[in-house]
Amino acid sequence: MQQDWINALLGGLIIGIAVSLMLLWNGRVTGISGIINGVLSPVKNDTAWRVLFVTGLFLGGVVLNLTNPHVFVSTLATGPWTTIIAGLLVGFGTILGSGCTSGHGVCGISRMSPRSLVATFIFISAGVVAVAIFRKLGVF
Amino acid sequence: MNHSKDQSIKNSLAALVVGFIFAIGLGVSGMTQPQKVIGFLDVFGAWDPSLIFVMIGAIVLHFLTYKWIRSRKSPLFSSEWQVPTKKEITPPLIVGGILFGIGWGLAGFCPGPAITSLASFEAKPFIFVLSMLVGMFLFQQLDKKIKFKK
Repeated sequence: MQQDWINALLGGLIIGIAVSLMLLWNGRVTGISGIINGVLSPVKNDTAWRVLFVTGLFLGGVVLNLTNPHVFVSTLATGPWTTIIAGLLVGFGTILGSGCTSGHGVCGISRMSPRSLVATFIFISAGVVAVAIFRKLGVF
Repeated sequence: MNHSKDQSIKNSLAALVVGFIFAIGLGVSGMTQPQKVIGFLDVFGAWDPSLIFVMIGAIVLHFLTYKWIRSRKSPLFSSEWQVPTKKEITPPLIVGGILFGIGWGLAGFCPGPAITSLASFEAKPFIFVLSMLVGMFLFQQLDKKIKFKK
């Protein structure tokens, strides 16, 4: 249990380094939903870096899978339809709301953006309420 | 090779490196385990608050680096800053946040960890990412007609 907290903090610090480098090098916010969305509707000279960022996210996963495959163990017993509905909501919602956990939750809060503070409060609250309801409904 | 082309290559490689480091952070933190994310959101059940430290670690570190980085005239591999400046709290921001939160709680995945988890070659991350891309595409199509953010 205590190890979980230490890993969470350590992982958070690594993520903090990543988003700081993105700002220092490219002058950008590391908003993952927005970066992916930009690949779906490509603009000239603004696509290569997005594709490479997503490639990096995947390659990091490859290294994790080779060294610590347990980080990908999922014990959730939900079916494919639940996953499909969740994916649709996350895709639609993050673009409508201009950001996700990385863009609003990390980068936005770090620079005290009022929009990101509100968005993060809302998506965490919505997640808490949703999980409570899904538990009651027996989804998990 | 001219200067701007050189900048653009550095810029793209920088994004690759950032994506890689970010993914390692996600894996170390526990964010790639959907049951942990759902446990974090399960405040009224078997609450596992450990993931709050992911946000604390990332935010404290970036809060400290942000001002220092922004005191530079420009980023290293780009001519200007491209940080969002909008301040208005709008209905799309709120409704989008609610929809995202529900989906996040349902699958335990947000966009970054889902992409990184593709490397496990399990079915769930693939189904999730594909559906997420469809959701983004649907938004773009609907947005052409409704103009949500205007």
